[in-house]
Amino acid sequence: MSALDSIFISTEHWLAGLAPAGVRPLVSMLLIIAGLMAVFGSCFALTTILERKILGRMQNRYGPNRVGPCGLFQPLADGVKMLIKEDIVPFSADQAVHFLAPVALTAPIWLAFAVLPFGRGMSAIELDAGILFFFAIGSASELAVFMAGWSSQNKYSLLGAMRAIAQMISYEVPLVLASIPVLIAASSLSLPEIVQAQSGFVMGWIPRWNVFTPWGLAGFALFMIAAAAESNRCPFDLPEGESELIAGFLTEYSGFKYALFFLGEYLGLFAVTGLGVTLFLGGWQAPARWLEWLPSWGWFAAKFGVLIFLFIWARATLPRLRLDQLLNFAWKFLVPLALVNLFVAVAWWQSGVWQFPGALELRWLLGTGLLAGVYVWLGRALKGGKTAEHHYNYAE
Amino acid sequence: MLGRGLLRGFFETGRNFCGSYYDPARLTTVQYPEEKLAPQENARTVPFLVYDGEDPLAGLRCTACTICAQECPAHCMEVVKDTEKKADYLGKMQVKPRVFAIDMSVCMGCGICVEVCPFDSIKMDQVFELAREDRRMLLQLKDLAKSNAYFHQIHPGEAAAVDEARAEEKRKAQAKRATAAAPATPAIL
Repeated sequence: MSALDSIFISTEHWLAGLAPAGVRPLVSMLLIIAGLMAVFGSCFALTTILERKILGRMQNRYGPNRVGPCGLFQPLADGVKMLIKEDIVPFSADQAVHFLAPVALTAPIWLAFAVLPFGRGMSAIELDAGILFFFAIGSASELAVFMAGWSSQNKYSLLGAMRAIAQMISYEVPLVLASIPVLIAASSLSLPEIVQAQSGFVMGWIPRWNVFTPWGLAGFALFMIAAAAESNRCPFDLPEGESELIAGFLTEYSGFKYALFFLGEYLGLFAVTGLGVTLFLGGWQAPARWLEWLPSWGWFAAKFGVLIFLFIWARATLPRLRLDQLLNFAWKFLVPLALVNLFVAVAWWQSGVWQFPGALELRWLLGTGLLAGVYVWLGRALKGGKTAEHHYNYAE
Repeated sequence: MLGRGLLRGFFETGRNFCGSYYDPARLTTVQYPEEKLAPQENARTVPFLVYDGEDPLAGLRCTACTICAQECPAHCMEVVKDTEKKADYLGKMQVKPRVFAIDMSVCMGCGICVEVCPFDSIKMDQVFELAREDRRMLLQLKDLAKSNAYFHQIHPGEAAAVDEARAEEKRKAQAKRATAAAPATPAIL
């Protein structure tokens, strides 16, 4: 383990060593919490500005470029703006719940970061059932969203919250179903062990990441789609569809509480993206043997960044779905596909004993063939009947 | 197949993303305070008064008829007639305005004053950076009077048409004066 690779661990050990022996575990814990909050807090600030810039570029615009060099201080300006705004609580709102909702959204999401391995030996706590903990914590955000919607005493808030609940519960199913094959492959619920199970190379150069198997590729795609829906990202951001619902459950929030919701949403995205990296992209493993001298946390950050870019790209490209389309997509398309994927994963695992020449190719062919067949069949079967061609009077 | 449209969309936005970096012509944004677009010929903001020749006050086309002030829906104009009369371009004796003030903070730029003006005197300007810290923007005659050359510069087509009409009127007036001055021919009847 190189010094650069373990720089965070050794810094933390050194700092904790400065404290008296009695409080050392407490100080160590606080240091890890502070580190995580600093890194992902600044990650949030950076993502907001980069997202706006990338969205701009994808629409042939500049994006924000006024505050500081290249507009990099824009998050600071946004933060100041959010903080000095008036905090409005509706007269008829349930004051306590209205106040607690943003806290209840943001606090559990920080907990989710506790189990993610960000580098070699770099997870805050190594839980044996880390992924279970992650999903359990992740589903707490539904409660917070409903608290926000219900306490606001506003029809738009309530409808937005109900939509959000329907969406989050529906998409949790494919999200979990897509990650089950990984658990089977690693035969562990612990995230560091899942990363460890993906080390090594097939044929000497293809990394043994889960994404480089038929079920892993399909599972990764399913996971990413469900993750986008789970964190209310475009094209699944209709809980706050402003054309119908003003801002959904955020309607009655302003100032710092709104900023907390915003933060919670992005942190949820980061957490689930980090989980995607861990489950399918080999976590902190380098993609090639000769690249292993680079620090493991650097590889995690690189994969993480690529996935965040993918989410932003999807936001720039895809229009928002309708609610019935959204739920049909989850229950009629993603869930069956995830179940087939589970079957393929088990078959892949069972056929590992095949020894004849060409066995790997045959397994690949069967796996991808089955998945692609079901994909095409589902795609055809779910296509609605041909509707009458619609003419727009003013748009053409 | 399902998803082909999605991939096409991703390709399009990806091409925009890369293209906007190596081909600046794709970026249609005009970064306003640093870059400015030249106004279109038909752009109209607030009114101004046209004068001919060099002297703003002597060449003013306005005859202080106050039609514009009466028609103005926002009542943002104040016109006070001068006491003495001066000859205009047709040689007619006309009053000039002593005070002509427009409160630009009230003016809504509707252009009704331009439409009702029988002397082609008041026209719409193209200045647009009018924002300021205090609310008072009472422009006086000296601020409002702008030369015909400026009018030609901002609205070339309209200014040319106005000049032509005025030249025609002048020619007619001269011809009429010439016939009036000439010995009367006996009537045919």
